[in-house]
Amino acid sequence: MRKNIILCGVGGQGTVLASRLISAAAMARGLPVMSAETIGMAQRGGSVFSHLRIGEGIYSPMIARGEADLILGFEPGEAVRMLPWLKEGGQAVVSARPVMPVTSTLSGAAYSAEEMIAYLKEKVANLTIVDTEKALNDVGSPKVLNLILLGAALHAGALGFDETEMRDAILARIPPKFHELNLRALSWAGQQQAAK
Amino acid sequence: MHTEFLMGNEAIAMGAIAAGVNLVCGYPGTPSTEVLETVAKHRPEGTYVEWSVNEKTAMEMAGGAAYGGARALVTMKQMGLNVASDPLMCLSYIGVKGGLVVLVADDPGPISSQTEQDTRRFAAFAKVPVFDPSSAQEAYDMIQEAFALSEAYGMPVFLRPTTRVSHGYASIRVKDPEEYTRTVPEGFVKDSRRWVIFPRLSYQNHIKIEQRNERLAEAFSASPRNFILPAEGKMKDCRRGIATGGFSYTYAMEAREQAGAFPLLKIGNPYPFPEGKAVEFLKDLDEVLCIEELDPVIEQALIYVCGKYGLKTRILGKQTGHMPTAGENTRDSVADAIRLFLGLKAVKPAEDTPPALPVRPPVLCAGCPHRASFYAVKQAMKGQKTIFCGDIGCYTLGNAQPLDMVDTCLCMGAGLGIAQATSHLEPDTACFAFVGDSTFFASAIPGVVNAVYNQASFTLIVLDNSTTAMTGHQPHPGTGRTMMGEIVHCISIENILKGIGVETVETVDPLNHALAVETVRRVSALPGVKAIIFKSPCVVLARPQGRVTIDPEKCIGCRKCIREIGCPGLSFDGKKAVVDPAQCTGCSLCSQICPVQAIAGGEIHA
Ligand code: SF4
Ligand code: SF4
Repeated sequence: MRKNIILCGVGGQGTVLASRLISAAAMARGLPVMSAETIGMAQRGGSVFSHLRIGEGIYSPMIARGEADLILGFEPGEAVRMLPWLKEGGQAVVSARPVMPVTSTLSGAAYSAEEMIAYLKEKVANLTIVDTEKALNDVGSPKVLNLILLGAALHAGALGFDETEMRDAILARIPPKFHELNLRALSWAGQQQAAK
Repeated sequence: MHTEFLMGNEAIAMGAIAAGVNLVCGYPGTPSTEVLETVAKHRPEGTYVEWSVNEKTAMEMAGGAAYGGARALVTMKQMGLNVASDPLMCLSYIGVKGGLVVLVADDPGPISSQTEQDTRRFAAFAKVPVFDPSSAQEAYDMIQEAFALSEAYGMPVFLRPTTRVSHGYASIRVKDPEEYTRTVPEGFVKDSRRWVIFPRLSYQNHIKIEQRNERLAEAFSASPRNFILPAEGKMKDCRRGIATGGFSYTYAMEAREQAGAFPLLKIGNPYPFPEGKAVEFLKDLDEVLCIEELDPVIEQALIYVCGKYGLKTRILGKQTGHMPTAGENTRDSVADAIRLFLGLKAVKPAEDTPPALPVRPPVLCAGCPHRASFYAVKQAMKGQKTIFCGDIGCYTLGNAQPLDMVDTCLCMGAGLGIAQATSHLEPDTACFAFVGDSTFFASAIPGVVNAVYNQASFTLIVLDNSTTAMTGHQPHPGTGRTMMGEIVHCISIENILKGIGVETVETVDPLNHALAVETVRRVSALPGVKAIIFKSPCVVLARPQGRVTIDPEKCIGCRKCIREIGCPGLSFDGKKAVVDPAQCTGCSLCSQICPVQAIAGGEIHA
């Protein structure tokens, strides 16, 4: 298996933990993993990304343009920003909810998530848009967007790992008092599919 | 041996532990910070770890430990090496008995630094050998070799990762605890002819250092850290080669997989430069493209080698306009440069016009007390001639709109000097220097002494959030916690200031807006040096669980709350202000600003 995944969003959204969970699943399968992410000032509300590469014969943790198999977008505009890295025919799983940059709140210049999502729909055939508002409400916590998106990617068949592997990663990597909440968030997308 | 998924900095820390390190000290600085934190987390019995007050002290500590035969590691970012350069330069001449590894993380881009200085260059300046890792695995292996080399030659040795090496993760092979080296230092042995630096001793040692470095260059040529990958396959007769080192090596190797196996020289020890290995690489090539970040160190070394050994190879890179002179390399920039150099067809990216993307500069967190401090000073000083000298830390972000409260930012502690100079030359200006608590201890105290002694007139604002926030919340002398896990006496900023002779020192909660404004007005009007300590914990550490709500019935949509403080927890839905419950901490600064009391809840600051 060889897989290149980009996770992107806004500092503070929890992209790093999501990246770490996928890495843990890959490690558990005995696959070599490399990753790279934004650490430092940008974590204070700036654009952040994680590059994650799984498989043999990889030299660099960084993904080249047109090389990502999957973009996990925690924010629609940030997903658009990373789109040049998606390979032809690649898959994207994106949260519908925008995070308003302070600059546009201040200037009153509207930043439209709809425009971003329309663009994604035009460019990415294999696209899953996650209704974040509903998901967070259903799960009952504003802080688990990362696990909701991981679950959505899982159920869209985009991760290359199954639910048991991801559950094991959560159990191994997250403190026990958060297990229940995070597992619930992981299975949300599956339940939506089942309900349909 | 077993496999672990480690960040580059964690790998360096585990490598140091495997090498039997006895003492680790440093000062936090992105991208170096996690090295020391990881050692502290896995601290073996008998190993001493501390966050020192600044890099100079840390370097002196590490040097002292190595005088006694210990293995010592000192960690910092590249800017920190400037602070520590005085003891380092002298340590280079004096030498050590044990092992001294100086870990300096460089930051191409720069991503979170003021300069793009190159520690490989500093290594040559200080005559100290340097290891330049390309990956977490190599960093893990190199730090162990660096300790051995340092001990064998009695000299400090640099390990210089860059941001992507330090912060990249990889599954790497690491030793089991049974395989770790154990170091039992002999202890300090009196020998003033060895440990007291005098001009005559420096002269004698200088001769020895130059001879030693020639031998090291030869040893590095024979070391597997500096190697040649010959041309293969369809590239077999290729007379163009790539010379690279550091993280760029990984980009070059990815390009080599795709473009074909061109000849490649990897430099893992840029100083003393492995000339022998370079000659072997250059002699059959017409042209070599150098791919590296920051300074053209390999490039200039190869040009020097060509001159010295009479080689005709043309050396291309930053100096010939073939590579960018500043900023980070990327997978794509390196692949493109190599294709162009080898005369291969360029890979054209798809033409496309995405919708305009939002700019997202970093901002102070929702509920950050620095926002309240800056806003209070801004309100208090409205209409007056002022200079607001900022400093290095989260609070540099006070420069962003709408606060716009940082007029200068140079290096750690410099705001005090700039404010003082202005106060002497422009007496009609109200001068302010803002400094964080960690920065206060690290580099502001001499500035205060200077100001009091030399009769400057300015207001020192200490933004005390009881942590070193920007680098990920390290303790410091004012927090009462050490990296050895001890609870100790907190060193009081107020007492220090009073001890120096600052007569007015007031401590205020910045989130009590009216009181904060009143205090700034009153204190800043006093003559001489005066100080206000704005004390309120960093929200990322304290994690307050409060939240405000905006009553849409009461909100008149004036946007004052948004316009004045720019909290990311506030936005406007077109008619009314709204609060993002995922971000709001309930600091209640906005509710103290709203002219119609539409915002309720949150903490009361009285
Ligand atoms: S109370 Fe107001 S200023 Fe404070 S964090 Fe919440 S929204 Fe921001
Ligand atoms: S300041 Fe008060 S009235 Fe004005 S927009 Fe904000 S909440 Fe509404």
